[in-house]
Amino acid sequence: MKKLWITLTYAVFTILIIIPLVRIFIGSWEEGWGGFVEAITRPQSLHALYMTGIIVVTVTIINTLFGVMLALYLVRATWLSKRLRQLLNSIVDLPFAVSPVIGGLMIVLLLGPNTIIGSFFGDLGFKVVYALPGMILATLFVTFPLMIREVMPVLQEIGTQQEEASSTLGAYPFYTFWKVTWPSIRWGVIYGVVLTVARSMGEFGAVLVVSGNIMNKTQTATTLVYQDVENFNVLAANSVALVLAAVSFGLLLLMEWAKKRREH
Amino acid sequence: MHIEVTQLNKQFGEFHAVQDVSFSIEKGRLIGLLGPSGGGKTSILRMLAGLETPTSGDIVFHGKRVNDLPPQERGIGFVFQNYALFKHMTVFENIAFGLKVKKQSKEQIRERVTTLVELTGLKGFEHRLPHQLSGGQRQRVAFARALAPEPQLLLLDEPFAAIDAKIRQELRTWLKEMIERLGITSIFVTHDQDEAIEVADEIMIINKGKLEQKGSPWDIYKSPQTQFVASFIGESTIVEDISKLKGFEAASAHPGVKALIRPEYIEIGKLHEFKIASATEPGRIKQLHFRGSEWMVEVTVGDITLITYRSLEKDILQPGEEINVLVHRAYLFTNDESWIMENRLKEDPMPVHI
Ligand SMILES: Nc1ncnc2c1ncn2[C@@H]1O[C@H](COP(=O)(O)OP(=O)(O)O)[C@@H](O)[C@H]1O
Ligand SMILES: [Mg+2]
Repeated sequence: MKKLWITLTYAVFTILIIIPLVRIFIGSWEEGWGGFVEAITRPQSLHALYMTGIIVVTVTIINTLFGVMLALYLVRATWLSKRLRQLLNSIVDLPFAVSPVIGGLMIVLLLGPNTIIGSFFGDLGFKVVYALPGMILATLFVTFPLMIREVMPVLQEIGTQQEEASSTLGAYPFYTFWKVTWPSIRWGVIYGVVLTVARSMGEFGAVLVVSGNIMNKTQTATTLVYQDVENFNVLAANSVALVLAAVSFGLLLLMEWAKKRREH
Repeated sequence: MHIEVTQLNKQFGEFHAVQDVSFSIEKGRLIGLLGPSGGGKTSILRMLAGLETPTSGDIVFHGKRVNDLPPQERGIGFVFQNYALFKHMTVFENIAFGLKVKKQSKEQIRERVTTLVELTGLKGFEHRLPHQLSGGQRQRVAFARALAPEPQLLLLDEPFAAIDAKIRQELRTWLKEMIERLGITSIFVTHDQDEAIEVADEIMIINKGKLEQKGSPWDIYKSPQTQFVASFIGESTIVEDISKLKGFEAASAHPGVKALIRPEYIEIGKLHEFKIASATEPGRIKQLHFRGSEWMVEVTVGDITLITYRSLEKDILQPGEEINVLVHRAYLFTNDESWIMENRLKEDPMPVHI
């Protein structure tokens, strides 16, 4: 019985992951190395990968800083009322509950060119929606809970006593954070970074809605794959997808490593 | 460091954890905060350290009000109940932490840590991580770490609670000697009366957020001021109606009075063994328990059961045996008063012949 389940699991795993991966691989090599390189070096491919890169880097930096800070507040700020912290804590999970497409739509409705805030920024010459800032915002929305949910349990587990001990030994909060708190949450943060990178690289729905998917302007790697498929350019779609898959695989390895270190 | 605390209060929401606590501590004293769990001892210690803000009241160190000083600036050392060692730092790094914060030179740090490592008997363990140490060793690391920056006041929260009984005894003696040698004002929390009596110069009894009594262990034992203190310190039997006992008839003048009698205030024996036979009254041995170095005797006088001890050197008693009982004194309590009553007949200068 047990064997059957294990076999079944492997079967599903193979069908859902391995076969598509192999297909992508074969698809991108249909015309050999040359075809792959050509698909990747198209101006729109390079631009899309560049956009994805910028979004990943920016989102990861912002999400890491604010995620760690907010986790600290949610766990440690006893001066905030309990009710308020509970409310904030539920809001953190909102992006898990809301479809990314709806998240993107909310941004368009709030900050689109025809809204008050949007036109205000527009007058300042700063376009939010259908431009990079909106895409970053959308990706931030989607990845927002990842860091907080990684760091909060670690903070709760280590408790406040080591930090209190540090303060009675004369260390001020900043020193205490770097010397006492950080070494404990470090691997949780790294794990959160990997998750954020993976998620922001692969985000499609939210970005599609806010970006308008304008080639060479607001197109990311994922939305380019989508467009290539729409245009029956299967080779190009597979090639870009392969690049994304390769990075994801690297991230997966990194994630495993971080997980192992974290468990120490 | 001289410490003065006045009208200290701490409320956690609706809950009044510390109520109107006032005391002062002279420089160099070793004080034991004793009381049952949940009494507010840790809360008092944390307020002294600045880890908790008092709801009201003043804390004064050296004549200076420190209520608004953060823990970093109070010059205290704190040993936490479960030590709270920095788990990713070695023993050396743990002890050096407070010195690094003060930006001392590498040389100075090495010297001070080495001294402390030797003082606490941790030589050879400098490069271990906390999880590679025994409970007693961790406790000494926590102690050394708190001492390193040369605090004026050392606060220890249940320093021996997590250590097994055998080593606890050793550590108590060690700690007392160490603190005496360093001459540092110290306050330690405990819920174990033997520990407090053995280690402290002075004991403060804390119950339900209130300071019940403060004094030397002997004072507290000899003249407890509340029923709680009398029953918490030492052994005792509570007697509901003491006026039934010979020599304590006067107690009936106080309605609702209760008495508390310590075993050592009760003498039992044959009539000829007593000097003032008239103060004794007949009783009956109910039970005998062997307690290693003496007998614990349960004896009934009328419908009152009393507990006392009897030396192994004296004649062996048998359950059911008739015996004479002399109660020397008792603590009497009403709801708002307490006093000691001596056996009236014992004090009577007129010898009575039978
Ligand atoms: N942070 C807190 N929030 C709410 N109640 C607390 C807090 N800290 C302590 N208490 C309560 O205050 C009372 C006294 O606690 P404590 O000072 O730890 O007592 P002790 O150290 O004598 O056991 C306990 O009933 C405890 O539940
Ligand atoms: Mg406590």
